[in-house]
Amino acid sequence: MSTTTTQQPPEPATRAELSRGSLPLYFSPVLLTASAAVVAGVLLAFSSFGVMLWALLTAVAYLVISVTASVRVEGARKAKDRFVTAIVYGCFLLAMAPLVSVLWTVAQNGMARFDIYFLSVSMNGVLPSMDAGGVYHAIVGTLAITGMATVISVPVGVLTAVFLVEYAQGRLKKAITFFVDVMTGIPSIVAGLFVVALWMMLLGPGHLNGASGALALAVLMIPVVVRSSEEMLRLVPMELREASYALGVPKWRTITKVVLPTSASGLTTGIVLAIARVIGETAPLVLTAGSSAVSINWNLFEGQMMNLPVFIYSQVRMGGAVNYERAWAAALTLILVVMLLFFLARMIGRLFAPKTR
Amino acid sequence: MTTTDAPQAAPPPTGKRRIGDVVFAGLARSSGLLILLILAGVAAFLIVQAWPSLAANTQNFLTTQEWEANVREDPAFGIAALAFGTVLAATIALVMATPVAIGIALFIVYYAPRRLASLLGYMVDLLAAIPSVVYGLWGIGFLAPQLVPVFESISRYLGWIPLFAGPPSPSGRTLLTASVALAVMILPIITAMSRDVFQQVPQGHREAALAMGATRWEMIRLAVLPFGKSGIVGGAMLGMGRALGETMAVAMILSPSLSISWNVLQSGNQTIAGHIALQYPEATGYGVSALIAAGLVLFAITLIVNMAARYVVARGNKEA
Repeated sequence: MSTTTTQQPPEPATRAELSRGSLPLYFSPVLLTASAAVVAGVLLAFSSFGVMLWALLTAVAYLVISVTASVRVEGARKAKDRFVTAIVYGCFLLAMAPLVSVLWTVAQNGMARFDIYFLSVSMNGVLPSMDAGGVYHAIVGTLAITGMATVISVPVGVLTAVFLVEYAQGRLKKAITFFVDVMTGIPSIVAGLFVVALWMMLLGPGHLNGASGALALAVLMIPVVVRSSEEMLRLVPMELREASYALGVPKWRTITKVVLPTSASGLTTGIVLAIARVIGETAPLVLTAGSSAVSINWNLFEGQMMNLPVFIYSQVRMGGAVNYERAWAAALTLILVVMLLFFLARMIGRLFAPKTR
Repeated sequence: MTTTDAPQAAPPPTGKRRIGDVVFAGLARSSGLLILLILAGVAAFLIVQAWPSLAANTQNFLTTQEWEANVREDPAFGIAALAFGTVLAATIALVMATPVAIGIALFIVYYAPRRLASLLGYMVDLLAAIPSVVYGLWGIGFLAPQLVPVFESISRYLGWIPLFAGPPSPSGRTLLTASVALAVMILPIITAMSRDVFQQVPQGHREAALAMGATRWEMIRLAVLPFGKSGIVGGAMLGMGRALGETMAVAMILSPSLSISWNVLQSGNQTIAGHIALQYPEATGYGVSALIAAGLVLFAITLIVNMAARYVVARGNKEA
């Protein structure tokens, strides 16, 4: 009995497997459209149409029908593949849902107050419940604090990256790389507490100003700058450095005249992205720059300094209807700023990339 | 004076040491050292400033739930309830986010049309670009009201599980809502780490599986997932670290209260980070020092999680 099977593979099964049909290419899109339409129809008939419910039921209907059809026509393995494919697509759409939802709610609610007036006046002399006031002072604060944080972190970050790529070796290099990674994971509020603790030691309690906010942001920004700059410096071909050395150029001139200019666009992109990262930080600024400033303050070293994220937070804490409107409009402003920075980073990366080929 | 070691990977062929070289190398080295100094400084200053309140604390810091720290003498406070809320919220967020993130990473690397892949990846990264305070606002204004009916049905049908015991909070501002927001926020980081390893799967492994007649899913199960395990685990742990320390979304969604409750559909829990943000503006007496102590605990927890994550990722890279 077993002699025949060892010499010949079980042929009938193989043939059955190979001769299995397959569903036509248009099967998935047609089924998806059909189930979406039918589900929409049924929901409308019961007048309980909701986008979330509709998407969920469509997905379920599609999954059940396509897997059943596939099992019958194509066999269990293909059916499982179809099932996983649908789930994987579903995961991506599921992730897009909050993105679209956040952007949509912010745009919708923010438009109510978002205008030139809102952008050009501060909250000085405005009572929380008055139908007036704007974010000019918060924009000023955001610019000043983020600017100072950038001024602190860019030299430190880029020089550290230069050290890691061009100079460091052995234990020290490993230690710095590791701790830069660890530093990326510092919770933002801990960075704020660090500055609070530092100030309490050096100056005593109660020093809320823009500079301490900038310091807290710099703690968060430095590791991001190091990581991205390091990656960019590693992309610079060794041949460029060697060519420079061959001409007798000293190492530091090679770095400043060859390596850094070559990677300039990449470095700038990384820095802009790092700014976009920290410009929305709220928690450290609540602790260090204060959350009750209402007037325009350009002085980083004196007095509380409002900024966009903290403005949103403090308006929400006040809790009135007008406050929520202000918070939404400020959120719209903040998101526009972040998107602008993201766009800028992409543009820099694309326009000023070194033309290698 | 800082000097550098002479032999480098590609040593400049100079006979004498130029002053410019010495200065520049010194600058670069001291920047690197400054980073180590800052990290050490964070730990040191937090410990020093937390000490007065910890020494004066009349209760056991690690096991007490209440927070009576805004007094001039005999403060009584502890981290127990906050630490519980923090870990619970982050864990739920992780459980929700990880499978979805793996799905997204697979989608971008293996399913999406090649030309669209980088654009789609960019869109997932945008999730990370939205500031957490905006997530908080969205959580209060949109997510919480939307989730109320969902919570009601969960507690109706799954109420026998202690986590979902009703009655659900009518405002929807509960730990589960905060966890959903956290899950959205940590999606991009887990996705990015998983994507990185999925892209590194040797083409030979994948083609071997496909050549044996494997379907796409079988190829992923046989070649991609075993290879990418360390990246997924590391990414999930990094996401956990992020979720543990996330402040604003949690502080805005949850109402200030302190209790250890397994019930995630009612308001009552709070996290360390959220508590610090909410309490700091009103802190007096031992208050600030006590909050710094809480921050120290958070710092320690995230440090451990992050170091473990980096270790897992590094080990995975070595094996590959």
